[in-house]
Amino acid sequence: MGQDTAALHARSLSELSRGLNEGEFTSRELTESLLQRIDDHQEQLNAFITVTADHALQRADAADKARANGDTGTLNGLPIVHKDLFCTKGVLTTCGSHILGNFVSPYDATVVERINAAGAVMLGKTNMDEFAMGSSNETSYYGPVTNPWNEKLSPGGSSGGSAAAVAARVVPAATGTDTGGSIRQPAALTGTVGLKPTYGRVSRYGMVAFASSLDQAGVITRSAEDAALLLGVMAGYDRRDSTSVDHPVPDYVAALSKPVKGLKIGIVRQHFDEGLDAGCEERIKVALSALKDQGATLIEVDLPNIDLSVPTYYVVAPAECSSNLSRFDGVRFGHRSDNPEDILDLYCRSRGEGFGAEVQRRVMTGTYVLSAGYYDAYYLKAQKVRQLISQDFKKAFANVDVIAGPTAPTTAFAIGEKTDDPITMYLNDIYTIGANLAGLPGVSVPCGFADGLPVGLQLVGPHFAEETILACAHQYQQLTDWHTQGPEDFS
Amino acid sequence: MKSDWEVVIGLEIHTQLATESKIFSGASTAYGADANSQACLVDLGYPGVLPVLNGEVVRMAASFGLAVNATVAQRSIFARKNYFYPDLPKGYQISQYELPIVENGEMMIRDEAGNEIRIGITRAHLEEDAGKSVHEGFGNATGIDLNRAGTPLLEIVSEPDLRSAKQAIAYMRKIHSIVRYLEISDGNMQEGSFRCDANVSVRPRGQEELGTRAELKNLNSFRFIEKAINFEIDRQIEILEDGGEVLQETRLYDSVKDETRSMRSKEEANDYRYFPDPDLLPVELDEEFIEAVRKALPELPDAKLARFVDQYKLKSADAEILTHSRALADYFEVVAGNSNTEPQIAANWVIGELSAALNKESIDIGDSKIEAAALAGLLDRIADSTISGKIAKEVFEAMWAGEGTADDVIEAKGLKQITDSSAIEGIVDAVIQANPGQAAEYRGGKDKLLGFFVGQVMKETGGKANPGQVNEILKKKLSDS
Amino acid sequence: MSLTKDQVQHIATLARLKLADAEFDDVVDKLSRIVEFVDQLQAAPTDDVLPMAHPLNMTQRLRADEITEPNERDEVQKNAPQVENGYYLVPKVIE
Repeated sequence: MGQDTAALHARSLSELSRGLNEGEFTSRELTESLLQRIDDHQEQLNAFITVTADHALQRADAADKARANGDTGTLNGLPIVHKDLFCTKGVLTTCGSHILGNFVSPYDATVVERINAAGAVMLGKTNMDEFAMGSSNETSYYGPVTNPWNEKLSPGGSSGGSAAAVAARVVPAATGTDTGGSIRQPAALTGTVGLKPTYGRVSRYGMVAFASSLDQAGVITRSAEDAALLLGVMAGYDRRDSTSVDHPVPDYVAALSKPVKGLKIGIVRQHFDEGLDAGCEERIKVALSALKDQGATLIEVDLPNIDLSVPTYYVVAPAECSSNLSRFDGVRFGHRSDNPEDILDLYCRSRGEGFGAEVQRRVMTGTYVLSAGYYDAYYLKAQKVRQLISQDFKKAFANVDVIAGPTAPTTAFAIGEKTDDPITMYLNDIYTIGANLAGLPGVSVPCGFADGLPVGLQLVGPHFAEETILACAHQYQQLTDWHTQGPEDFS
Repeated sequence: MKSDWEVVIGLEIHTQLATESKIFSGASTAYGADANSQACLVDLGYPGVLPVLNGEVVRMAASFGLAVNATVAQRSIFARKNYFYPDLPKGYQISQYELPIVENGEMMIRDEAGNEIRIGITRAHLEEDAGKSVHEGFGNATGIDLNRAGTPLLEIVSEPDLRSAKQAIAYMRKIHSIVRYLEISDGNMQEGSFRCDANVSVRPRGQEELGTRAELKNLNSFRFIEKAINFEIDRQIEILEDGGEVLQETRLYDSVKDETRSMRSKEEANDYRYFPDPDLLPVELDEEFIEAVRKALPELPDAKLARFVDQYKLKSADAEILTHSRALADYFEVVAGNSNTEPQIAANWVIGELSAALNKESIDIGDSKIEAAALAGLLDRIADSTISGKIAKEVFEAMWAGEGTADDVIEAKGLKQITDSSAIEGIVDAVIQANPGQAAEYRGGKDKLLGFFVGQVMKETGGKANPGQVNEILKKKLSDS
Repeated sequence: MSLTKDQVQHIATLARLKLADAEFDDVVDKLSRIVEFVDQLQAAPTDDVLPMAHPLNMTQRLRADEITEPNERDEVQKNAPQVENGYYLVPKVIE
């Protein structure tokens, strides 16, 4: 592409890395420049809950020193921001909630530790739907995040702050979490790349649990290459997480060059129905065509139980979260109500005051589906349907290498548009949830615009096929330049 | 009438497993530390932390299962038991529900008539202990110490096969003995590492259907358990005979008033909403693992008892006492193995003098002030007539006080038995001469007076004359003349 | 299937959530909608299907019995709403 002359904020991690190594600028200069950008746009975007300016500058200086001494760690001196669901030592960690509004974590999540160890500079903690429950970043106690493409619109959720920050070229990369689509869907709605790895690929230690069997840590970037770079740092076995898989970590960046020719791409019949916005459908079809032109084969696949994935999710996830959130009780940390009369009052009021409406709804839904008399009909049943859905994917992957389709049913919607009916909001995740239920890796890449708003193409692979989906995404990004297009107000 | 009713008791025993670290975290399990100094982030239920299973607890649970002839599950699952209580930091306890690690075991005990009866063990499962609530010393508040949170527990559930408080105690003692034999628990009831809840109900004799049961909690000594159960039985019978109904409830035992009373419920409705813990995966044990555990099992109490009777020709009752604790049994065997004396005599001394000395100072056999080999030495000196049995007790006391081996003490105190006949004869003569009246009465037929003369001779010899010889010589001399 | 107010109150109590009176009806309504939505699952053909607790076929790793965590009480208790002499305080609980 020639020498990078783009403004610092427009460059990818890989480009910034080159710039630092070539001495074009220092980490300090880069950090100062991005901190300024964060500050300039915070009011409009509200993408950040905490900005760690002093800490960042210290880390940047340390990185510059290290580089001078020949330490060229993978992410040395590069900027990163973390979704506020990740515990960061000595830094406020709110999970977008009032109940943790005063919680300074005493430890770093494994993801944060690994990224720090690679030399990255953390600039702040991003805004998110409360406890990762939401698809629009409207449930945050700290106010909604706005979509940089149009400030009346939602950036999606729950990793809305991370997506907005990356899309607005305020930072090149951010971590996120994905339980039902919370990385991929906001990536689609903001024209960025969002990667959810295979369940167990990245450690959950220090990532505040929402739904333990569905949660995964991932990244939002502007290129598949950057996502591969970060995944290589984050992935790998962690003995502190029993659900972490001891599977070797390949060189994801090296694997990107695999050509699309010969790739068998599954198209899910059930995806292309009246639920999918026409404008989005068109962009997806064009994208698939482009891949076909490169030598991929498009094969129709059937996921007969996929329509049950949203109801399945809304039994399993609330059940697990209802239990995971019981620890927020005002006793050892977090918000405690004033002058509790007795222990019952302390619990009920601390939690009633500390949790927002959506979180309370999900906790209650979960309590209900696990309760005596309902467990078999709901929770056990949902786990069986989960098995069916996983089996469907397995059968499909016997014939195809990746499954491609829309990430979200619509482009970005207006803030306040879908908050009346929880179900309407839940249906935003209709294409993403299946991958969480089956533990599969998925990535969303920008594939054009519909009515001026970004559309995302989702690629889902079998377990541990991150190389395959990232390579396909990367090759697609060699053919197209959607991912280089950002909102004009933020260029 | 009491005999019209049959008592049905089931016991739930929680035993703390003696690991170094907790079941799901690497914090220490040591007893008695400063409040919350052994509660790491995992134990505190901090946001984002995750449990990782301590392998040692799996081995310990498996060894218990094999020791009670139970099935050790090749696949078991951890489940969350959800409820709110301040000493339960996560708002759920990690336990096992549908697939426990041990199922279908049994234990033989003796009933009141001495018959052997079989008590079924429904299951044993792993779970984490909660913290402690301290209600005194904080004014209008309760203080929570989470050091204990996360300590591994093995919950052992019996079938409702027990029919009296005495049987319940016998069962409990046996389980207590086994967990200590296996070295999976120190069984220390005062420190809370061995706790018991009893489910007690009564039904008309002959009825198959079980009566409503009450659960008795807070039972922390064998004595209290027996009293609590007996109180509860009487209470229930009285209610039923008056035409009332027994409530299904939890009751606490008050040892001061010797009564059980209803406990305010922890949870309005006990809906624990059990579901498999998604942070933990199924525990899978292969045949190889289970066999390795089986091979490493120590000789268990029943087997040891049988062997003691067979090998050492001990009385069954004595063998039972000796095998209550592995440490005591081992001690006995060292004594028996190092001494020429009859093992029964060794047993008598261990059960008698030694145990009395231990009890007096409230110490365990492990802290005995006389080593087994040293006791063996003492018994040898009785066997070879260096000292009499009675003098031996004196020597024992001196040894206990730290004055050395049996030989050291005998030497230092000049306690060697007098066995020289002529020396004894001399003393006997003197005693007979000094007591002519009694001598005449003896010769006149008052045989009992022999004891008086023996006593006098012993007094003269400081107890050191060989009693057998004294008896013989006295009889002879008193009869002559 | 719609939930009754009593059911919702029971659930809220189990979950230790104090619901604002003004919002109670709305909560009942929204929860009912969610339950109706997930009732779709009843029709799914799940005879002879095993429930899936984890997406990957994994077994539990065992950790060595070692003490690895030091005492960090003072640091950690900086986050506590109320502590005294190292104990976490709550309103007096009567057993």
